[in-house]
Amino acid sequence: MKETALHNAHIRAGAKMGEFAGYDMPLYYPPGVIKEHEWVRSNAGIFDVSHMGQITLKGEGVVQFLETLTPSAFEPKAHGRAQYTVLLNEEGGIIDDLIITRVSDNEFYAVINAGCKDKDIAWIKSKMPDDVRIITHTDRALIAIQGAWSERVLHEVLGVEAHDLPYMHMMKTEAPDGSEMLVSRVGYTGEDGFEISVYNELAEEVWDKLADHNVVKPVGLAARDSLRLEMGYALYGHEIDATTSPVEAGSSWIISKKTSGYFGYDRIQKELSEGTRRKLVAIKLIDKGIAREGAEIHNENDQAVGVLTSGGHSPILKASIGMGYVPPELSAPGSKVFVNVRGRNIAAEVASLPFVPSKVKSIKKNAA
Amino acid sequence: MAEMKYTKDHECIYVDGDVAWVGITDYAREALGDLVYVELPEVGKSVSKGDDFAVVESVKTAAEVYSPVDGKVVEANDNMPDDLELITKALNEGGWIAKIKMSDASQLDGLMNEAAYKDYLSELD
Repeated sequence: MKETALHNAHIRAGAKMGEFAGYDMPLYYPPGVIKEHEWVRSNAGIFDVSHMGQITLKGEGVVQFLETLTPSAFEPKAHGRAQYTVLLNEEGGIIDDLIITRVSDNEFYAVINAGCKDKDIAWIKSKMPDDVRIITHTDRALIAIQGAWSERVLHEVLGVEAHDLPYMHMMKTEAPDGSEMLVSRVGYTGEDGFEISVYNELAEEVWDKLADHNVVKPVGLAARDSLRLEMGYALYGHEIDATTSPVEAGSSWIISKKTSGYFGYDRIQKELSEGTRRKLVAIKLIDKGIAREGAEIHNENDQAVGVLTSGGHSPILKASIGMGYVPPELSAPGSKVFVNVRGRNIAAEVASLPFVPSKVKSIKKNAA
Repeated sequence: MAEMKYTKDHECIYVDGDVAWVGITDYAREALGDLVYVELPEVGKSVSKGDDFAVVESVKTAAEVYSPVDGKVVEANDNMPDDLELITKALNEGGWIAKIKMSDASQLDGLMNEAAYKDYLSELD
């Protein structure tokens, strides 16, 4: 198994380790999943996300290239602006979801899923025109800090002034040793927070400094999953995969009305005008039980009409929540469905997202 | 003084006359992590040795609880689903999941005692 630059820090902290995307990663630390989850929603947690891929695409043709690889527009994006989007295949299915940030006119930085990074890079290289190059930042680690205290901790521990950095924006700053540190106000939890990119040899020092702050606790992948589930954020391989389009997955907002000619364009346009056969929805169990991915969703006539793509316990709601695909006619919030667990139909309903209020510092209030 | 018996699937049994109180061991509890749900068996249900008759669910996974004996469920711990902390208690102090009236108490002879279970654990990963 591969290890991130922070592997030793997790062992020292007594983490329960486990394999994820070929890496030996911390699943949880001694407090346990539920306490870690609650801590992020009331204080600040740090996550090692160095297993994810960090890449740069640059060159004269990069904007046009990104507008071929994704259904989003990049030409009008300001420097420092981050965009959540997807890489589409020729059939309009999703290769990966990612955040692409414009660094300068012809330079973009992206963070891609650990389990997809080899595939993504191979795909990008196979489609790259001569006037674009790719750099893979295998010499960099990535640490996420999430929770209301994040901005204050960043200031107190790393001397970073992020007060004026809006959500979905990146700034370049200095790491403790003077090397380049990238700070992006993004995250996967619905809390205010940042993702910090530093060189590998610096990672453990930065992690330890952050962890030493009394409002910060390290948080593992298990809580990362329960936190994103409360937001209804997709996890590749569950809500989205090579067969799902962003329209089905409820991400139509990333599809530009101005661009065309990207991979999968025909299917996307067809789905936008004619609708889709299935829609991704949030589901909350009404009766007692826990439903997990793979559980069948039944309608009121006990017919199997869909499947759960993720499911688990929400520590904040103290209820069972999940996400899954259902036919469009059952996709309105409040629709009654059943989730079949071990042969028993548990009453459930389609819910609105997010399950728990989002606290990200939306740029809407900063927009002129 | 009733003796505790253990199974390879990490059930533990407190023997009270001809009734077996069934729960899970510390080892199983630690492996599961934070518990979030318990599915109790129906009172009156007949069980055979090896049947899964209850489910213990944690944030990570669901684990079946298997009946160590043939018999009938005479009581289910209705306090447990609303107070999952009970699972951390000793079987005779509230940590039991269900009580089974045994149809053949000699089936207990094939189960491990505490020393044998400790040995068994040390051989596991």
